[in-house]
This record gives sequence, C-alpha cells and structure tokens, in this order.
Amino acid sequence: MREITYAQAVREAMSEEMRRNPNIVFFGEDIGVYGGGFGVSLGMLDEFGEDRIIDTPISELAITGCAAGAAMTGLRPIVEIMFSDFITLAMEPLVNQAAKNRFQFGGQASVPMVLRTPGGSGTGGAEQHSQSLEAWVCHVPGLKVVIPSTAYDAKGLLKAAIRDNNPVVFIEQKLLYCTKGVVPEVGDEYLIPLGKADVKRIGKDITIITYGRMVPRCLKVAGQFSKQGIDIEVVDVRTLVPLDKTCLIESAKKTGKVLVVHEACQTGGYGGEIASTVVDSEAFPYLTAPVKRLCGMDVPIPYNRYLEAQIVPTEDKIAEAVMQLQNY
Amino acid sequence: MNMILSKTIHKELYYKMILCRKFEENAAKMFNLGKIHGTTHLCIGEEATGIGVCSVLAKEDYILQTHRGHNQSIGKNMSIKRMMAEFLGKATGYCKGMGGSMHIADFSVGSLGANGIVGGGIPIATGAAFTQRYTKSDSITVCFFGDGATNEGAFHESLNLASVWKLPVLFVCTNNLYGMSTHISKSMNISDISLRATSYGIKGISLDGNDVLSIYRETVKAKEYVLKNGPMLMVLNTYRWTGHSKSDTQEYRTKKEVDEWKEKCPIKRHGEYLLSHMLFSKEDLELMHIQAEQEIRDAVTFAEDSPEPCIENILDDVYAE
Ligand SMILES: Cc1ncc(C[n+]2csc(CCOP(=O)(O)OP(=O)(O)O)c2C)c(N)n1
Ligand SMILES: [Mg+2]
Repeated sequence: MREITYAQAVREAMSEEMRRNPNIVFFGEDIGVYGGGFGVSLGMLDEFGEDRIIDTPISELAITGCAAGAAMTGLRPIVEIMFSDFITLAMEPLVNQAAKNRFQFGGQASVPMVLRTPGGSGTGGAEQHSQSLEAWVCHVPGLKVVIPSTAYDAKGLLKAAIRDNNPVVFIEQKLLYCTKGVVPEVGDEYLIPLGKADVKRIGKDITIITYGRMVPRCLKVAGQFSKQGIDIEVVDVRTLVPLDKTCLIESAKKTGKVLVVHEACQTGGYGGEIASTVVDSEAFPYLTAPVKRLCGMDVPIPYNRYLEAQIVPTEDKIAEAVMQLQNY
Repeated sequence: MNMILSKTIHKELYYKMILCRKFEENAAKMFNLGKIHGTTHLCIGEEATGIGVCSVLAKEDYILQTHRGHNQSIGKNMSIKRMMAEFLGKATGYCKGMGGSMHIADFSVGSLGANGIVGGGIPIATGAAFTQRYTKSDSITVCFFGDGATNEGAFHESLNLASVWKLPVLFVCTNNLYGMSTHISKSMNISDISLRATSYGIKGISLDGNDVLSIYRETVKAKEYVLKNGPMLMVLNTYRWTGHSKSDTQEYRTKKEVDEWKEKCPIKRHGEYLLSHMLFSKEDLELMHIQAEQEIRDAVTFAEDSPEPCIENILDDVYAE
C-alpha cells in the first residue's frame, strides 16, 4: 500500500469530502495560494476555486462565528485556525454559540462545522505558538474533540468529523505533519467513527493511554521495553470527546497498571479525566498500582530549544515512569 | 515649514537603519546555518518606520512591538547584543532565551514587548496609556501593528476604548500591503487604512513609510497631539522585501513588484539626502557602515559565547513572588 504524510492525509480527507458534497466550504487565513501556515491545503485552491477555498482577513472570531452561522443554515464549513493558540480569539463563537445553539434552541439547530488547527510544541514557536489547549474545548458540552496520531487516522477521522452534525474541534499535530503512514488509495474510502479509541500496540503488563504526537513516542519506548520482557499496551485515545471509556477500562483490567501520557500541561489537563475514568470504573479492583500521569510541565513553552524539548514527556521520562509502575 | 533636524539626529536615524538592516541580514544567515530555532520575521525595507517613530520617544514612553519588530526595538535603543542573544535563545538574551525573536522586550527602555499574536499588543498598549494618564505622567504609549492586524476585533475595541477615554496612545500601523499572502485589497474594503480612525472620532494620518525624516517629524507632532487630545492613528505605508517568514515562497506577488519597492529603499533615500544636503560625506557614511558591521560582529560573538539557560530555573518566572 502507498504511504502519504499526515498533512497529505488531512488534505485528501478535505478534498474527497468537498468533491462529494458541494455544501462544504473552507475558511482560513492564507489557505489559498499560500496553502495554509503548514502547507496543508496546498493545491486545493486550484481544484475548488475561490468560492470554496476562502482566504479570510485575520479575524479568528469572525471567521469561526461565520462558519457557525453558515453551518446553522445548511452549509458544512471547515475553518482552519493557523495555530491552536489562536483559538483563544475564536472561543466566543465556538464555546457560546456553536457548542450551545442546538441545545439552547431546543434541538432546532445543528452546527455541522469542523475547526481544524495544529497544536503542540517542538518547532521553536515559543509561548504563543506551541500550546496544547485541548482540555479547554473538552470541557464544553456540545463540542467533539479529535486528535489523530497517524496519517491513516487523520484521514478517516477528518472525513467522519466533516460528516458529523456537530461542531468538531480537530487538533492536528505540527510535528506529525511530515510523518508518513500507510493509507489506502484515493477511492478506497474509509471512515473512522468518532468515539473509538485504537489499541496501537497490544500488551499485557502495562497500559499507556495517550494521544497525538506522544503516541509514536510511547510506541518507541514500548518497543524498547519489549526487549526487556516488559509487554506494554499502547492505547491511542484518538477522540477525546466522546471518550471511548470501554476501551480504556478493558485495557486497564487486563494489565492492572496504567500510565497516562500527554504533552499538554498536567494541571487541568485531559489526563486527569482519563485517569479518573479508569479509577472510577469496574477496572478499579484490577489495578495493582496507582494510575500515573506523565504530562507537560506546568510552564509556558519556552523558546530555547533544549528547554522546549525537556518540558514535555521525553522518551527517558516515559521509560522512567514505566519502570516506576513495573516496580511498584 | 519643515522642522530642522540636527546632524546628530540625522546620524542616529541613518545609523540605526543600517544597524537594523545588517542585524537582520545576519540573522537570516544564521538561520540558514541552522543556528536559530523556530521562525523569524524580517523587516528589511521597513526600517524607517520603527526607527523614525521610536527615535523621537523618551525612555519613559512605552512601545509595544510586533512580530516584525527589530526596527522598533533598535529605534528604542535596545542592545543589539542582547537581541542577538535572545535570537539564539541564550540566558543573556533579553528574555533569558524564553521568548526568542517574536517576544523581544526591554522594560528598562520602555519596551513592553513584541507580540506573536497579531493585534495582541493593541489592548495592552491601551492599558499602558491608561496607567500613564492615571498617574498623570507626561509620557505616551506607541503601539505598532500591521495592516492585517487592523482586521482583528482587538484593534477596533481598543481604538474605541482609547478614544472615549482620550488615552495618550499613538497607534502606528505599518502597512506593508500584505498580511502573510493576503493583499489588503482582499482583506479590507478601503485602501487608506487611516480612514479607520474616522469611526472612532480620532485623528488619522497616512505617511510615506520609507521616508524616515517625515516619519520623525510627524511623530514629534503626534506625541504632542496625543498628550493633549488622546489617541491618533498613524499609518506608515511601506513594503517588506523578504518573505513573511522563513518558509514563504511568495507565490502571491511578483518579482517586479518587489523590485519596484527595492528602488524605494529607505536607507538609500536617507543616505542620498545626507549627501546632497552635505550633512555627511561619502566617507562619513562608509565609516558608519564599518562601525555597524563591527557592532554586529561583537553581538554575534557575545551571543554565541553566552550560556544556554538551564532547566533548573524553568519555574522561576512562571509566577511572581
Ligand atoms: C491572532 C493571530 N492570527 C494569525 C497569526 C499568524 N500570522 C502571523 S503574522 C501574520 C500576518 C500579519 O500581517 P500584518 O498585521 O499585516 O503584519 P506583517 O506580518 O505584514 O508585518 C499572520 C496571519 C498570528 N500570529 N496571530
Ligand atoms: Mg502587513
């Protein structure tokens, strides 16, 4: 099978959906000729034209709200926010409007829009271009939240997100854009339903629950431990909301030891939700060690490249946490 | 009649502009050598804007720079050494290596910091000007931002607020015709951005952003004006010669357009003025270039020899004591 990058997978998902549904429009800053901040939409302008690939002014609030309004009236907009840090400027229409409008109008409205945005550190973008803010949006009922870790997942999940009748926040990973993965040929259509986690590596001794760019990192560490006879299961949450609780709980029951890993800061991070989902379940009596979290430090992302690399879970830190659980 | 500028001021303006040009050319070189992490936004071609404005200001006047703010920082007399060190993420940099090129700040000379959020500095500037009025100081705040930033809500809300409260803030829009790839004709329905002042009942002016002398003179007047009357919007029309950032292939504009603007180089223009008015000789200018180059070399050495910040101190500045 062919391999494509994560960025190409995102582009293919959008393009395929736009071909099958003329009501999909795409708003964003510099998504046309420039191809978006990370080149994700390169070439889409040529295929779909300016009526559907719409370069906007630098007005995150307006374009997000505009997408919500268009979604309520029959279109299915995709919005690209160039860096996930800038959702701060789009929070009002996203949180108070898009997320609420179905419920507060008694089910009359639906808001089928996707807000795509790249998150994460590691590029030297510093404090305002590196954050992982997924916990913010997970806290808002009415929004769905997806963070894919592979090209295959990115494509299948984005197609499902575009067809979903709710506002979906689709957080891509900057550092994964260039990573390649096996993806079926264009035309061999597949969708990955939202709300399904994926066991990326089967194991029996310890479960690592993670998502996004920490998935490949955890898989690498798991591979190293297998040589030492420690068999780690790696669960990729993929969809944070709705959360596939069953999958997490079943894995915890099987291994009895759970490590939760994410790049976002620990305090108020989604890892707390994942950990308590496991603890507060029928998996509890099976646990043979405390559920452990390994997250980003509670600091803004520094510019200096060495510090930037050290404040998120590194392979060493993941290995150390695994050993603590193993030796508990 | 034109205000007469002293030889000292002419020298200051010219020297700062060449220093900025060389600083950035050097930064670009270091970038290509992989010495710099992240991205950078060069203001080559726009030097007259920040330098013309900031050279008027007193230390007590505040400025808020943009992501393309090296000219503004140099204009406000910030140290090239510490800027270069920050660029390299070193502990001796202005922000201890935590901020990088997009967040250079020097509170000791009134720089409240460059911003990575388009328009992010505009409300902050409004607050700084509020403090100045509240404490009855006779200083002003100057807020820089680009043409693209005037499409953010932050711009409109802040101008409105500053106008009703008559705050001593000079809003300076560096209009280089593009926000990344987007030409202003695609992002707003006007071509003279100073018209936006009208909605807030404040004064708006539009200047040749490559004419450092007119920018200097108008800023002298503007400072007096905002102290007395409240906010003003000054639009400086210019052009960036290089791509938006390191990854820009510039498909959205023609080489011809870029070349035409290169003809209007603000440094060349001021240099020709100095020669034709016999303020300085060719040799004088040559000497300034040599001095600036030496200053840059010293800055690079300082930055390269400086230590990296350590992880042990990472929590120090998350919260104040
Ligand atoms: C809120 C926000 N939106 C988008 C960006 C990405 N971005 C960085 S600079 C830029 C263009 C800004 O244009 P302008 O204000 O004209 O300044 P210029 O870069 O031309 O100096 C964009 C879109 C950002 N940093 N912040
Ligand atoms: Mg601009």
